[in-house]
Amino acid sequence: MSSVRVLVGTRKGAFILTSDEKRTDWQVSGPHFAGWEIYHINGSPSDPNRLYASQSSGWFGQIIQRSDDGGQTWNPVGNQFAYEGETGTHQWYDGTQHPWGFTRVWNLQPSLSDPDTVYAGVEDAALFKSTDGGHSWQELPGLRSAKGHLWQPGAGGMCLHTILLDPSNPDRIYVAISAAGAFRTDDGGQTWLPINKGLKSDYELPDPDADVGHCVHNLAMHPARPGVLFMQKHWDVMRSDDAGGLWREVSGNLSSDFGFPIAVHAHEPETVYVVPIKSDSEHYPPEGKLRVYRSRGGSEQWEALTNGLPQKDCYVNILRSAMAVDKLDSCGIYFGTTGGQVYVSPDSGDHWMPIVHDLPAVLSVEVQTLP
Amino acid sequence: MIRVIIPYHLRNLANVGSEVAIQVEEPVTQRAILDALEMRYPMLRGTIRNHQTKERRPFIRFFACGEDWSHEAPDTPLPEAVANGQDVFRIVGAMAGG
Repeated sequence: MSSVRVLVGTRKGAFILTSDEKRTDWQVSGPHFAGWEIYHINGSPSDPNRLYASQSSGWFGQIIQRSDDGGQTWNPVGNQFAYEGETGTHQWYDGTQHPWGFTRVWNLQPSLSDPDTVYAGVEDAALFKSTDGGHSWQELPGLRSAKGHLWQPGAGGMCLHTILLDPSNPDRIYVAISAAGAFRTDDGGQTWLPINKGLKSDYELPDPDADVGHCVHNLAMHPARPGVLFMQKHWDVMRSDDAGGLWREVSGNLSSDFGFPIAVHAHEPETVYVVPIKSDSEHYPPEGKLRVYRSRGGSEQWEALTNGLPQKDCYVNILRSAMAVDKLDSCGIYFGTTGGQVYVSPDSGDHWMPIVHDLPAVLSVEVQTLP
Repeated sequence: MIRVIIPYHLRNLANVGSEVAIQVEEPVTQRAILDALEMRYPMLRGTIRNHQTKERRPFIRFFACGEDWSHEAPDTPLPEAVANGQDVFRIVGAMAGG
């Protein structure tokens, strides 16, 4: 019987939630790394027992943890993230130039084929790669050459928060940075192209044709159609059918097109999920109603999914890395909230139930589907 | 042997008790203690001081014989009581952040 393992990063530790394919009875393991911020935990697609976790603290800095047994035991590996060459500067909040400085790892993305190869998206924004199971890290500095001097921090810092690996082309990687935009490499990370044409950031960027500086919150892709990308921008839900060459808005009838996470159904490449948030000034669901929205056609028609979700007095946020899908026949959708709930829908969003109610604020959710 | 007390979260990271005993070459200084500590517990590298510059992280403090040594030069010899193991060298996570 298949099972699922949900990897939850929170403000105060990591939690691992497991269930069989019914996804009704759950075992909770944790807190792992109690008291530390866990920005992301992720598993290797080629060896599901290989997990990587980003553990950080304002006092003690960055730790990378690795498990080789599905999260039962962990060992710290390398935590030195040194930018290549001249560190350089990026734009600061006041428009002046500011030196690049490492703060933390936001995203860990293991290679699709090699469990010892893993990418790390960091703040200040850069992409690092390890080919020795996390013991050592090397920057792919070509990314910061893509007009890095014009990038600027968003409210959460200048973070590289999203890494998408193209399963059809190992040399193609997409990343997203707040507030710089989306970028693509077609040569394994040596050179990068800003892919932000069609994004409109009227209130944030004075230049309507700016190719960097956009506040991209999250990207999603279906592995069967890696050239089709979906984006939750600061405001606006966007879609590209040509690997980021041009974006068009698909916000349609959403109750708000501000939000953080975006996800694609495991078996339906045109079914997309977002969680609208009221605004950039009020980070909670519109009208106090927690609603996931689903678009069946990848277009502008969205339906609110509410069954099992609180429909009054709900003022949590759902952060950019806190939504994921499993690959079971009946696709499961998962998301975590800043109020410490992790919800699951075992039927593609039609019905929801909380797995846990009272964790620390959830920073990230990933799901592994195990045989 | 030099006695070093490290903060709670770093004890868990290094899987040690509150106090560790390490061999340090003379003269016993902050730098010598931290070098020896990181050699024995490599997972602590980068958690107390910067990997490259070796500067103390902002919310870390060093105490010896009841005095704050955080702003002393890293190569200043520490008190004899620390050097001979009578007293401990304390690495403290500053109270900050609420």
